[in-house]
Amino acid sequence: MRPLLIVLSIVGLVLTALPPIVYFMEELTLSSCKNLMLIGMICWFVSAPFWINSSKDATKIKNEN
Amino acid sequence: MSKNKFKKIIAENNEYERTPVPAASLKGSRSFLGMYAGEHAAGTEFVIGPLFVAHGVTATDLIVGLLIGNLLAVLSWAMITAPIATSKRLTLYYQLERIAGKNVVRWYNLVNALMFCFLAGSMIAVSATAVGIPFNIEMPTLQDWLPKSIGWVVVVLIMGVFITLVAIRGYNTVAKFANVMSPWMILIFLAAGLIGLTQLGVNSFDSLLITAREVIWTGVPLPGLTKFTIWHIIFFAWFCNMAMHIGMSDLTILRYAKSWTYGFYSFAGVYIGHFLAWIASGILYAVFLQANTGSQEFAPGAVAYQAVGVAGAVCVVVAGWTTANPTIYRAGLALQGIFPKVPTWKITAIVGGITSLAACFPALVMKLLDFVALYGLLLMPMGAVIFADYYFSKRMGFQHEQAFANGSDFSLPAFLSWILTLAFCLGLNLIYGLEIFFLGLPGWFIAVFIFIILSRMKYPLAKPTPA
Repeated sequence: MRPLLIVLSIVGLVLTALPPIVYFMEELTLSSCKNLMLIGMICWFVSAPFWINSSKDATKIKNEN
Repeated sequence: MSKNKFKKIIAENNEYERTPVPAASLKGSRSFLGMYAGEHAAGTEFVIGPLFVAHGVTATDLIVGLLIGNLLAVLSWAMITAPIATSKRLTLYYQLERIAGKNVVRWYNLVNALMFCFLAGSMIAVSATAVGIPFNIEMPTLQDWLPKSIGWVVVVLIMGVFITLVAIRGYNTVAKFANVMSPWMILIFLAAGLIGLTQLGVNSFDSLLITAREVIWTGVPLPGLTKFTIWHIIFFAWFCNMAMHIGMSDLTILRYAKSWTYGFYSFAGVYIGHFLAWIASGILYAVFLQANTGSQEFAPGAVAYQAVGVAGAVCVVVAGWTTANPTIYRAGLALQGIFPKVPTWKITAIVGGITSLAACFPALVMKLLDFVALYGLLLMPMGAVIFADYYFSKRMGFQHEQAFANGSDFSLPAFLSWILTLAFCLGLNLIYGLEIFFLGLPGWFIAVFIFIILSRMKYPLAKPTPA
């Protein structure tokens, strides 16, 4: 399950970062760009919270401030 | 959540509250890099970048000013805060208590809590500019100080209640959620900047330079706003986190660092959040101004939605919420230092109520630059006191950690350093018209000077008795 979640998160980030670049190159319309970024957001939201664990220390330190 | 679980969370958060962090609990560099990168890509960035545009800064002033100001901020963390943090390994509050005494710390906590409330309030208001979009709520303008419509007040209060409930019941979850959201939010900032540039017709490096100078950072402030120069940008970038570095709040974080050099990792935060994100959000605002000529509306949510769509609006909500939530929680902790017998949930509920009411006033967003500068300025003198105690107590002949050494709850030199420094800064502002962004630097030196002089008078080192 974990590898699948990681792949989904990567897809989410790619769909967030890539469409604006393609839009900048005038190969994509603005509405398509926004829709792809929305899909990217959903991918990230439904996957990342369930596998990202490396920031445990950072969260703990931050909470104590 | 059960009562026991909540108590456990509080207990975890107060670890090593009155003892130095032991070697076994020190954290690696990766934790600090991630923490700083996440901490400084927050809801405030959606406001600060556009306000620079509104204040008519030029493109060159902005870029050069941010590079220099952020470098000074990193150096302040690394050279001033981190060496003391890794030497003492105590929280700011306990360190301050040993120098200034419990009674001074109580006042410090009160000011800190109030500032946290207003900061959280501004973030709730920022989130509301995105949440209000589907309900077609009239958004505030740059000149608005008071709430403009009933709809705005209702949205803000509903968000305030929700965020307060989360702060009471699920703080840890939100803190983890904020960390998880950081990479996505940073990408949204960058993506928004690129989309904004495309919408402004940028398609080459030359057109980027022309657009930056003539369309985005034109050097002409919007009506009713003051003109910002490179000095404003340098000092704002340096001192927007003044409470954290020269104000020493980050002693609490950096006491976990294995080496003082970890202070340099703050570069990840400032050059992502306070450079790229401010530039990107400024570009977004310029796109909005191009599409709505003459508009005075200032709504980060609406601006992000127009450029990036739903993902942009959600980013504004998440960024605002994940900044407001821990801030309300921290305000609660600061107040609990004054009222230790009142249960945490009650304190947090009161703080949430004050914050939600404050959030109804758009002035908190429109005047965010001034507020951030004021927040740092009010807390900075206590950081200067800690610095002077650490470096000058032996050299200048006064007692180290004077309140602790004398079993006192109140150190007059520390208290007067705070009050007189703020009075001095107020005088500079009222008599010489020096803007709030520039008061921190002279204020810090004055605070150190006053503390040394008064400490030598009140707590001189005992002269060694002849044998």
